[in-house]
Amino acid sequence: MTGSATATSAGTQGDTRGYWKKNQRSLAPWIFLAPGIAMFTLYVIYPIIASMWLSFYDWDGLGTKTWLGFENYIELFDDDAFYTSLYNNIIWLVLYMLAVPAGLFVALFLNQTVTGIRIYKSLFFFPFVISQVVVGLIFSWFYAPNFGLFYNLIEWVTGTGVAVLADDRYVTYGIIAAGLWPQIAYCMILYLTGLNNVAPDQVEAARLDGARGWKMLWHVILPQLRPATFIAVVVTVIGALRSFDLVSIMTDGGPYGSSRVLSFYMYEQALSEYGYRMGYGAAIAVILFAIMMIFISGFIWKMVRDERGV
Amino acid sequence: MKHSFKTTLLCSAAIALMATQAMAEQRTLKYYADFDPAPLAAFEAVIAEFEAANPDIDVVLQNFDHEGYKTSIRNFLSADSPDLANWYAGNRMAPFVNSGQFQDVSDVWTDNNLGESLASAKGSMTIDGKQWGIPYTYYQWGIYYNKDAYKQAGVEVPTTWAEFIDNCAKFKEAGIDCVTTGTKALWPGAGIFDYMNLRTNGYDFHMELTAGKVAWTDDRVKNTFAEWAKLVEPGYLTANHAALEWQDAASLLVQGKAANYVMGNFAVAVFKDGGMTNDTLGFMTFPEITPGIPRGEEAPTDTIHIPAGAKNVDDAKKFLAFIATADVQTKLNEALGQLPINNQSKVGDDPFLQAGFEMLSTADGGIAQFFDRDAPAEMAKMGMEGFQEFMVKPENVDKILERLEKARQRIYK
Repeated sequence: MTGSATATSAGTQGDTRGYWKKNQRSLAPWIFLAPGIAMFTLYVIYPIIASMWLSFYDWDGLGTKTWLGFENYIELFDDDAFYTSLYNNIIWLVLYMLAVPAGLFVALFLNQTVTGIRIYKSLFFFPFVISQVVVGLIFSWFYAPNFGLFYNLIEWVTGTGVAVLADDRYVTYGIIAAGLWPQIAYCMILYLTGLNNVAPDQVEAARLDGARGWKMLWHVILPQLRPATFIAVVVTVIGALRSFDLVSIMTDGGPYGSSRVLSFYMYEQALSEYGYRMGYGAAIAVILFAIMMIFISGFIWKMVRDERGV
Repeated sequence: MKHSFKTTLLCSAAIALMATQAMAEQRTLKYYADFDPAPLAAFEAVIAEFEAANPDIDVVLQNFDHEGYKTSIRNFLSADSPDLANWYAGNRMAPFVNSGQFQDVSDVWTDNNLGESLASAKGSMTIDGKQWGIPYTYYQWGIYYNKDAYKQAGVEVPTTWAEFIDNCAKFKEAGIDCVTTGTKALWPGAGIFDYMNLRTNGYDFHMELTAGKVAWTDDRVKNTFAEWAKLVEPGYLTANHAALEWQDAASLLVQGKAANYVMGNFAVAVFKDGGMTNDTLGFMTFPEITPGIPRGEEAPTDTIHIPAGAKNVDDAKKFLAFIATADVQTKLNEALGQLPINNQSKVGDDPFLQAGFEMLSTADGGIAQFFDRDAPAEMAKMGMEGFQEFMVKPENVDKILERLEKARQRIYK
């Protein structure tokens, strides 16, 4: 009896050890991934699904939820403010892309060995380090009617000042300009690190072949900067789509809602002082998520393809 | 009132005595509020007094900034609620009352005979025939003006709307903004609209409009905007007001670059900080537009409530009763620079307060809260955006009104 007992226990022990031994290679990554997956599910996947679910309800955040079906979406597609936000988002997306070439230009300019270049580099990087809130405030003062530097400059040149943030024609461009300031710095840093990895032998070989200036940049340097460009584009696209802080700080979506973007409109509807339409806000969030998904899937697709190719 | 105050004092003293005899048990009242520095000091003094009268109660005040408070109140009401919380009267408290986040405090009203002493605010504190909080202060709106600017333009203080508009032309010649405002935060524009509508169509119509019973495309609303256009179209309003905070506009008035400002009485402190005195700052009631309409005024009320999740309801009610007393309201409002609700309280001897008190107590039309407290939140936001747009692009008036009407049909279902 004792013999058989030890035999079975030894057997099961052997089995488990055997199972672990046999599958160690396929199990280990999952075990390492488990905490990450758990967090990702809890803080990313679940909220996404919950928001989608919520977008079918009318809910003020306190009372009872009422099922609406697609009513929130029907209302959304008949909402002028939604189209204003969408249009502004597109402007953001297009103009924000300027940060990539501008960052490259600054990086090329700063990629030299001169005494004190580190100080210049840090000065150029400085706007990315300070908070977006501070950037927003600085630019608000810059544009401020009557005492702002920009306002006074325009007044001095043309005779009449332009209050950028009070004019629905210029306000979005004014905010994007403020957003570009730190974003260019970010792209610059990405390119500076990229430039460190440019192979000097290739540059030398190109030089021997007579490549200079634009030719050198286009055919030799830029191809080697492709990873940096990729990251810069990804970061900039995401930055443009989630632009929120600057809009909130500089104009609060105004004047009369003309500088809203989707993320801000979502916040306004769901969480701001006069909002608390959780369902409607969630519907906007779902649309924004769908737009982001187009870009994100594109990037992931490209990344996978590159990795396979290499 | 004095009598009941004394009784409460005696009662609480007796209870305190018993409590100390039985067991020195200390109860705490958690109080969340959003006071500026001066009102905060005033409230701390009043709380100290309350604690002295009730040694077994310890009031713990946590102060938020205004904007932060407005967003966090929903969270703390439904999650970890205090025993007392600041809020506003009228439609602004309706969502919390309807979702059961505030407690019915009608018994505090009946036990302390507040229906009489706080009569003027009873209507705006009542939903479904019950009272949901205690008002402790209100303040008048009206037109604050720079007397020096009037002298510089050589005009008299107007009594009618026609005179007001005539003055504006002279102010413009003198290079002074006739009316200033800063609508970056939207609400200052609503103050102008409220008065335009109150004076053009009267209090009852204004209340029907904010309650969603009248179409925004109604001719009477159009009349209001037509009167308003007399101010906007010739450019009598401060340019670029959409990028200005209300304080920026206040400094224009202080510097004499603007003559009039439609504002609440809380702005007086800002004007005086900027260097204005009782000799240079003037106050007038908004002039009559449609002759013969009973004069309605605007005076938002600030209130204290007991959240549904309060742990120490008995003491919270005691505190509310204390805040409602005439003495406390006198003291508080002296420090706030505002008007007490309790009709046995004394009004501070500040000339602007006296003028406001006089104006409000003779308002035979009625007292409005404010656009964003009378109208439901969503409508308020849409409306205030519309007002801002109108003051920049008056030619869009029809488009704006149609948009508001569409919103009205959706919001007041």
